[in-house]
Amino acid sequence: MTENTPPINGDIHRDIRHDSAHKHVAGSADYIDDIPEKRDLLHVCLGQSSRAHARMKSLDLDDVRAAPGVVMVLTADDIPGRNDVSPFAGDDPLFAKDIVQFHGQSIFAVAAISRDQARRAAKLAKIDYEDYPAILTIDDAMAAKSYIEAPQCVKQGDSVAALKKAPIRRRGCFRVGGQDHFYLEGQIAMAEPKEDGDVHVWSSTQNPTEVQHLVAKVLNIPDNGVTVEVRRMGGGFGGKETHPSLFAAAAALVARKTGRTAKCRVDRDDDMIMTGKRHDFRIDYDVGFDSEGRILGLDLKLASRCGYSVDLSPAINDRAMFHSDNCYFLEHVTINSYRCRTNTVSNTAFRGFGGPQGMIAIERIMDVIAHGLSKDPLDVRMINLYGKTDRNITPYGMRIEDNIAPELIAELAETADYKNRRKEITAFNQANKYLTKALSLTPVKFGISFTALHLNQAGALIHIYSDGSVHLNHGGTEMGQGLFIKVAQVVANELQIDIDRIKISATTTDKVPNSSPTAASSGSDLNGMAALAAARTLKDRLTAFAENHYDCPSDQIIFRNNHIYLGDQKISFNQLVHQAYLGRISLSSTGFYKTPKIHYDRKTHKGRPFFYFSYGAAIAEVIIDLLTGENKILRVDILHDVGKSLNPAIDRGQIEGGFIQGAGWLTTEELVFDDKGVLRSHAPSTYKIPTSADRPAQMTINLWNGVNKEDTIHKSKAVGEPPLMLAIAVHSALTLAVANANSNKAEELSALNAPATAEEILSKLI
Amino acid sequence: MKKHAITLTVNGEERDLIVPSNRTLLDALRDDLGYTDTKYGCGTGECGACTILVDGMTTINGCLTLAATMNGKSITTAAGLARNGHLHPVQEAFIENDAIQCGFCTPGMVLKTISLLDENPRPTEAEIRHGLEGNICRCTGYTKIVEAVQDASRRITGSNVSAIGE
Repeated sequence: MTENTPPINGDIHRDIRHDSAHKHVAGSADYIDDIPEKRDLLHVCLGQSSRAHARMKSLDLDDVRAAPGVVMVLTADDIPGRNDVSPFAGDDPLFAKDIVQFHGQSIFAVAAISRDQARRAAKLAKIDYEDYPAILTIDDAMAAKSYIEAPQCVKQGDSVAALKKAPIRRRGCFRVGGQDHFYLEGQIAMAEPKEDGDVHVWSSTQNPTEVQHLVAKVLNIPDNGVTVEVRRMGGGFGGKETHPSLFAAAAALVARKTGRTAKCRVDRDDDMIMTGKRHDFRIDYDVGFDSEGRILGLDLKLASRCGYSVDLSPAINDRAMFHSDNCYFLEHVTINSYRCRTNTVSNTAFRGFGGPQGMIAIERIMDVIAHGLSKDPLDVRMINLYGKTDRNITPYGMRIEDNIAPELIAELAETADYKNRRKEITAFNQANKYLTKALSLTPVKFGISFTALHLNQAGALIHIYSDGSVHLNHGGTEMGQGLFIKVAQVVANELQIDIDRIKISATTTDKVPNSSPTAASSGSDLNGMAALAAARTLKDRLTAFAENHYDCPSDQIIFRNNHIYLGDQKISFNQLVHQAYLGRISLSSTGFYKTPKIHYDRKTHKGRPFFYFSYGAAIAEVIIDLLTGENKILRVDILHDVGKSLNPAIDRGQIEGGFIQGAGWLTTEELVFDDKGVLRSHAPSTYKIPTSADRPAQMTINLWNGVNKEDTIHKSKAVGEPPLMLAIAVHSALTLAVANANSNKAEELSALNAPATAEEILSKLI
Repeated sequence: MKKHAITLTVNGEERDLIVPSNRTLLDALRDDLGYTDTKYGCGTGECGACTILVDGMTTINGCLTLAATMNGKSITTAAGLARNGHLHPVQEAFIENDAIQCGFCTPGMVLKTISLLDENPRPTEAEIRHGLEGNICRCTGYTKIVEAVQDASRRITGSNVSAIGE
């Protein structure tokens, strides 16, 4: 009877539109700055340090206070609670007191009638500085041993002995730049004072719970006095994991002190100057290998610029170490990681979270080995891949049980005609004097789970109202990635009701508490499972009620396409819900999930930090102009593993977007700090993120046909971060193109840095 | 600062307001008149989030335009595109091609596309990519946006245009 029933609308494993798509094109999707303002709303602007490292001998804010429209000015002395907006280390002051530690650091807040007045007033501070020596670069910090924590080491086997014995050995160094998130919607928070000294905060944050906890600490009130809400963000990418607390706390403090609603919408340039970025790295390697290109031993040194405070840098640099193997078995390896403290903005989470920097290190090494042996780099990559049953232990001691890299790479190479195109490119290069092409295939293996164990948990809340409509809430946040629609699909599937009966609602700390940030690609994995648990509880209650009420054995009760089949009877979902309500059945439930199997000992850097791995591979074909260094991505072919996709349309969007964002990081996005520690590229006029004109003319994306071996939400895999690293193929191809051009003059592969701007490429052509 | 009494027709509705000389059209639309579908992205005319249509099919950046210079102009924002409850074909194409992620660039991108297709109803893939380069999207890789514009072109002209890569 139920077999021939059509599926519900909005089922899992289908291309379902983003829930807000209609509102987005019609301009009716509200972001925080679009919420109607209270009539007496105040605008908040933060006053910034103009020095990288200095003592404030005096802080004169009289002119700020006297400026037109100014209602209040607040400094560290006005904070009733803790002067800290850091995720855990306690070292990110809301307002710097006495000492400033980077150019752009927040020193005070000014609240005024208009945004314009607040911004103008903030410029009127008179601060007398006594400059201190500033450490600005990785090299300066390494020389001074200036770290945010002790250097860390991951080790497997005996790399020293292996390197000594290795027949061929190469050493090298290159640098990888940082990246600004450039979420289209900048940082913003609005705070409204409530009864009892409480405050309601709308914050554009991936991490409402952390904003809640930090605002409470700043105001010196319990967590239950602060509610943080976010319906959607205009992009996050990691930039709204820790930094929103600064602006939310400033707005909340003004709201609390003035009794008026306060909004802090950050100017784009201020946003780029005041908030942290992807860590830039210096990578040093010493690799030993045999004549086939098989790695025998590797010493890797990763040094990153963390900025002035700890933020999330320990976990980010741990993840860099954990991805220095990528898909390759490293039997004898030592990875030393240095987390440099500098007088620059505190670098933070950014899609990939250190993984991309670790991965690009080993991919460079593959190209170096291939170049030295005059081999196809793909052959070198293949020979070094992890095995299925042996050669499958990572440097951090985890056995890889889901390795699909060999098949996935082979399939991509075949379908994208890698071998033939390589030959054609060789012919093209021989025939052209001023243009050179290159092709590269690089794989991705990305570990899924937060490396901080406790964050691998999630909660959800589902109500069924007596008319049969459903309200869905969970701790995950929507930043455009399609999390809300995916979780709604899970609930629709479980309750077997059309998705338009499910109301998707804003993330808010008073519905689901103690949530983890929507980060580490974990949004669907964690919140999908939590929502599934809540839906199952409700379905079980309805089934138990129906068994009794309709006198039908539970094994004959089937939920299917908005109906419940009870043996020979069929009733609508709404009917059952209404009867259950009259029968005094609770129609509201929470759901909870915690990731199984994972464990990790940070002291030894050994364990199983990841539940599973997401895989992928990309082939990039590039061309460079040897006279100018200008370059173009001509064609990209991607094969990516998302397990059994919950929503292939959404996942494809993540893959294309991740790839292009990664390509921007590695080619055009250049952060320039001057010798005073001032960020010079703080607007899109000077900081170049990819535009539609930069998109490769030919880009093919296919999904790997497979399921997750682990018991994840309907066998899907995480997709947020992994595709970003597919873009390493672009940098690898550019490196090979430079090598082609230099082939008659240089024996070693040139150390092309990232971003490979035209200037950088030109500087490496000899 | 000098103030100016101006009249704007926004999405067909006549609105009178008084603006100081330095008020941008973006701020006037968002803060004075409540048209929050026009977004603030960078404030320097680089990202295109504040794109609006003026007097038909010309696009401008609201953040670079002084409101006082727009007296008597007719302005269309994304919220003003629907007719009789039906979305504009470009809006429909963006939805159906999944050309939207966070959505913050979408109103500007849709308006820019309408202007582009008005000038060139059957653009090539390269013409689309170059036509939209003033509108930054940080979420998509532009693939689905280009596909949406091609689809919108077909909807508007009833013809086929070249597919991506051709």
